[in-house]
Amino acid sequence: MEKVLQVQDLHVSFKTYGGEVKAVRGVTFDLHKGETLAIVGESGCGKSVTSQSIMKLIPNPPGKITNGKILFKEKGLVQLTDKEMRKIRGADISMIFQDPMTALNPTLKVGDQITEGIIQHKNISRDEARKKAVEMLQLVGIPSPESRMKQYPHQFSGGMRQRIVIAMSLVCEPEVLIADEPTTALDVTIQAQILDLFRDIQKKTGVSIILITHDLGVVAQVADRIAVMYAGKIVETGNRREIFYKAQHPYTKGLLNSVPRLDVESGDLKPIDGSPPDLFSPPHGCAFAARCQYTMEVCEKVYPFETKLSDEHLVECWLQDERAKKMKVNIR
Amino acid sequence: MEKKVLLEVNNLKKYFFLSKKETLKAVDGVTFKVFKGETFGIVGESGCGKSTAGRTIMGLYDQTDGDVVFDGKNVHSLNKKEKFTLHQKIQMIFQDPYASLNPRSTVREIISEPMEVHGILPNKQERLERVYQLLEDVGLNRDHANRYPHEFSGGQRQRIGIARALALNPEFIIADEPISALDVSVQAQVVNLLKKLQREKGLTYLFIAHDLSMVKQISDRIGVMYLGNLVELTSSNQLYTNPLHPYTKALLSAIPIPDPDVEDQRERIILEGDLPSPINPPSGCVFRTRCPAAMDVCAEIKPEWQEIDKDHFVACHLYKKD
Repeated sequence: MEKVLQVQDLHVSFKTYGGEVKAVRGVTFDLHKGETLAIVGESGCGKSVTSQSIMKLIPNPPGKITNGKILFKEKGLVQLTDKEMRKIRGADISMIFQDPMTALNPTLKVGDQITEGIIQHKNISRDEARKKAVEMLQLVGIPSPESRMKQYPHQFSGGMRQRIVIAMSLVCEPEVLIADEPTTALDVTIQAQILDLFRDIQKKTGVSIILITHDLGVVAQVADRIAVMYAGKIVETGNRREIFYKAQHPYTKGLLNSVPRLDVESGDLKPIDGSPPDLFSPPHGCAFAARCQYTMEVCEKVYPFETKLSDEHLVECWLQDERAKKMKVNIR
Repeated sequence: MEKKVLLEVNNLKKYFFLSKKETLKAVDGVTFKVFKGETFGIVGESGCGKSTAGRTIMGLYDQTDGDVVFDGKNVHSLNKKEKFTLHQKIQMIFQDPYASLNPRSTVREIISEPMEVHGILPNKQERLERVYQLLEDVGLNRDHANRYPHEFSGGQRQRIGIARALALNPEFIIADEPISALDVSVQAQVVNLLKKLQREKGLTYLFIAHDLSMVKQISDRIGVMYLGNLVELTSSNQLYTNPLHPYTKALLSAIPIPDPDVEDQRERIILEGDLPSPINPPSGCVFRTRCPAAMDVCAEIKPEWQEIDKDHFVACHLYKKD
């Protein structure tokens, strides 16, 4: 399958008064054409920083990509200048943010905000741009788009605003769409509408989507592949079924067990004890070791190697080591 | 066994008068009972009035109409002194553990303040012992007493908020979205803690949240709110297995289930449009503008709140009690 985007060994740090926060510590993944890759993890795990690095939106200083490569169709993005990046951002790779109110300019009519992007990237007239914007609003399901173009963001509801943001991000026909918690700020019934829209748009345009979220229900619904992040690293990757039914990393399992399900009576929830580590001084070994119920001595000292369980299913955990499989003791 | 009614809410209304012409009907006639020792969940989307309902029950807002009877006493007709004693029995846990704790007070001060205000345990040493005890009850330890809120994670802060709510030995706790600001794995910790405390102390909860799967997890009975009205109320199992109101059905089907096979097979009811404004709500049934089963009568008459089955209340014209 064609790889649209490759991220290789990405490291991102932020300099603060308290020291250097290593927010992303070696993230590697590929995004294939036309798929939806979900990056899941709790707050502070580095999922948003990863996506912002792809867009080169990390403010420097304090943030910096300290190592690694980001390739968009074999073209490196990390070393691009701002001017070069501006050509790609919004045209080839675009992004949807969590909060549709802050992503829109409250003082501009939505029509102007959408056409601005087209005029910036494509060599077409204002009239054609407007026509395209109207088409786009129609595509994302906004009724009477012609008149809605002349309205301001505050005249739209939360769900409608997110539709406008989606229209804006798709208007230049990007190949990669990064959606950072696109439905978190919305109500469930509106979330269902927006997720439906994503599926519809992917079918029509073939765009590849990176979906960043903490909601496993949303992931089960729309993702093709899933990457689970913890403390700045991807600990497990696999297709939807592999992650939900054959998860190998104790963190993935813990995450799946800690969410209540509407359809089954589950008794008490099984939470993961403790909280994620401090990324000022991340542990040498596996960052999850302190909360893991299967911790072995090696876990605290050396970071586990990647184990390949299938073509798509990769996991970084010492339990996959042959020697660990022989040991059945010490499991608390 | 006859269950004792601890809280009775009758036709409670809370309007906010925005201007001479505009009235925001945040809660527009809500009726339910909460039995002692149970967890009663209220779910609904943002703007449905669930938080306002909680705050009005607590007495933080004056009601516009209707009454709230707690343990035989009408909450809104009490004098100042009676209200003061009532607040020992009803406590509240808030949504945002960052905003609800004073950043300039230590944990010890935060937890002992309600005891000082109410004159419980006047002896300083005893009070401190009680703070230690409460910290241990909520899964923190005594070393945490002299720290400030910013030194804690979100989940730990929510535990401090719970300890503060427990300081006066209340009977009834109103938890307004107590877990929605927390991470998934931590949400489960806090829910389990609330359940444990309920078993140990015989507490009654009013659990207000938008996340139906979490509410179902913790609640015995659930009321579903839409635009200031309760549309359905029943046991949490019944609500899931046999939802009656079209809104409940849509809400249940909109919630994604973390299981790909289940997701692939589900049929979804996707509601059209958005929540109407509570300033100018639709006539008759408030849900009719988005309801897939709306009839002519829905626009004219507001559906009655009726017990269609034992302990299963619904307000919808599709169901008639025989």
